[in-house]
Amino acid sequence: MTNLFCIGISHHTAKVETRERAASGCVEALILPTCNRVEVYGAADSFIGTEQIVRCLAESETIEDAGAFYRHDGEDCVRHLFRVVSGLDSMVIGETEILGQAKKVYENARASGNAGPLLHRLFQRAFRAAKQVRSRTEITRGAVSVGSVAVELAVKIFGDLSECKVLLLGAGETSERTARALSSRGVIDIRVSNRSPGRAEMLAAVVRGRAVPFTEWSEQCAEIDILLSSTAAGEPLLTPGILSPLIRDRLDRPLFIIDIAVPRDVAPEVNEMDGVFLYDIDSLQSIAAQSLALRRQQIAAGEEIIAEHVSDFRTRYGQFGGAAKYLPVSGGLDEAALRASEL
Amino acid sequence: MDRQLLIASTLCFFTALVRTLLAARDGISLHGRFNFFAIGLGFLFQTAFLSVRGHALGRCPLTNLFEVFIFLAWSVALIYLLIGPAYRLSLMGAFTAPLVFAVQTFALAVPIDVPHHARLPANPWLEFHASISMIAYGAFALACVAGVMYLVQERQLKTHQIHSIFYRLPPLTNLFAAITRLLWLGFALYTAGLISGFFTGGPLPRLKMVAAFAVWLFYGAILQGRHLRWFAPKRVATLCILAFSAAVSVLWAINFVSQTRPV
Repeated sequence: MTNLFCIGISHHTAKVETRERAASGCVEALILPTCNRVEVYGAADSFIGTEQIVRCLAESETIEDAGAFYRHDGEDCVRHLFRVVSGLDSMVIGETEILGQAKKVYENARASGNAGPLLHRLFQRAFRAAKQVRSRTEITRGAVSVGSVAVELAVKIFGDLSECKVLLLGAGETSERTARALSSRGVIDIRVSNRSPGRAEMLAAVVRGRAVPFTEWSEQCAEIDILLSSTAAGEPLLTPGILSPLIRDRLDRPLFIIDIAVPRDVAPEVNEMDGVFLYDIDSLQSIAAQSLALRRQQIAAGEEIIAEHVSDFRTRYGQFGGAAKYLPVSGGLDEAALRASEL
Repeated sequence: MDRQLLIASTLCFFTALVRTLLAARDGISLHGRFNFFAIGLGFLFQTAFLSVRGHALGRCPLTNLFEVFIFLAWSVALIYLLIGPAYRLSLMGAFTAPLVFAVQTFALAVPIDVPHHARLPANPWLEFHASISMIAYGAFALACVAGVMYLVQERQLKTHQIHSIFYRLPPLTNLFAAITRLLWLGFALYTAGLISGFFTGGPLPRLKMVAAFAVWLFYGAILQGRHLRWFAPKRVATLCILAFSAAVSVLWAINFVSQTRPV
């Protein structure tokens, strides 16, 4: 019987330094290395001990933090891969980057001949399972960082962002990151206004926008769709009294204000105005936390889908040494045997 | 036979409604495609019902309040099937199915299907007037549905209380564009219906005319206010809901008053 196994180390079991050491070397195997894990997936005719793989990964005879490595055999291995690729095992639950990374690793292994028929079926089924988990649950819904929440809200207000005009008031680091995120979603017209004109020019160059004199920023509110404010002003710069006459002629166009300054740049009463949506740093963080909670609620639904796929995989292709237990094997890794049996 | 077709249609809309509620309860994705097909099948049964009833009557089946409600439900499903996919408003099905289900269930449950024993002579203008007006009502109903969706989404954005449905609803600007288009479509059809009413050849009851023009003016005022930017989108969405409620009440009143003669 072919033994299907996975040996790995991840954010669940080890510190980043340990994962970094494990990530180096051993490039000939089907290794799934991401920011938070390094896993080896293999199928072998004879049992391959965990120690052999770990030694190979660590490129060393001495294995520090050996206890941080885990092993899944047979059906557990199948389930683990499906969970990993679906984002259920990720640090940020539901993240989709892992799927792309797994696809890339699999393609490389296939091209180099290291992935044979069994791993081919396993990974193809894992991609199918991941796709279903993503489409049939809300596991990927909602942004989980302040910048991405702001972008997601903008999309939910305006739809297509390519026509949106954005004003960055203040030139802080978070503004820059959020402006980049907006830019990546299609925003072209970015204006920057700052007390220091030099800093405004610099940020405008970075985000491929244009600088606006600080004395003119409020007039921009008649034109812009998104205001991202992060100045160090001690008191609100924008109040309903200032904003009301400026948006009178644009009643049918919403205005999205992201106030990430502390203390706040925009008076909270502005949110009560028709067509104005004001979010401060607390509300953005709160939504990010809500999204994460929503994703956690979806884990059970995702596990159900995965269980169906695992069961179907077992029915179609058998057990793959699921009953095998970890039996340490002394001596080095028999790389030839490993390759021959499609590791 | 025709009522069985209608029951089958109502069950299709009920299926879409239950699917939506289950998805909402379990917090899983709402499948727009499922709702689309369920509503499509329900629409086919509705069409079959109207066809059978129309053949039996020898004219457009709008001879009593029961038929008026079913024609209205058919118009809502028709407009949804036409505009839902075009404007990527598939979730509108989740809101449309309950509306159609409620209208049809009410029509089936209440004894309003009073048959007209006298076979009425065919009058193409009258049938055009009645059917085009009902299709206009269908567009107004969907504008009302889009208005509800807009207010739900707007409320979540204003209060910062983001629920699962937030991620499934279309962006505010898309919803507002859909409301505007549906209002224009409904208004154009309703205007055609009103004008054709003058060619029916029969006497024009004053109450019916006043009520019909009041509805026309209400929607005209909303469109004018929107065009001149007097109203914020939220107000337009609210007015769509109020106007449709008023329009349905007027439809009921007109039918109640003219029970003795066809619409």
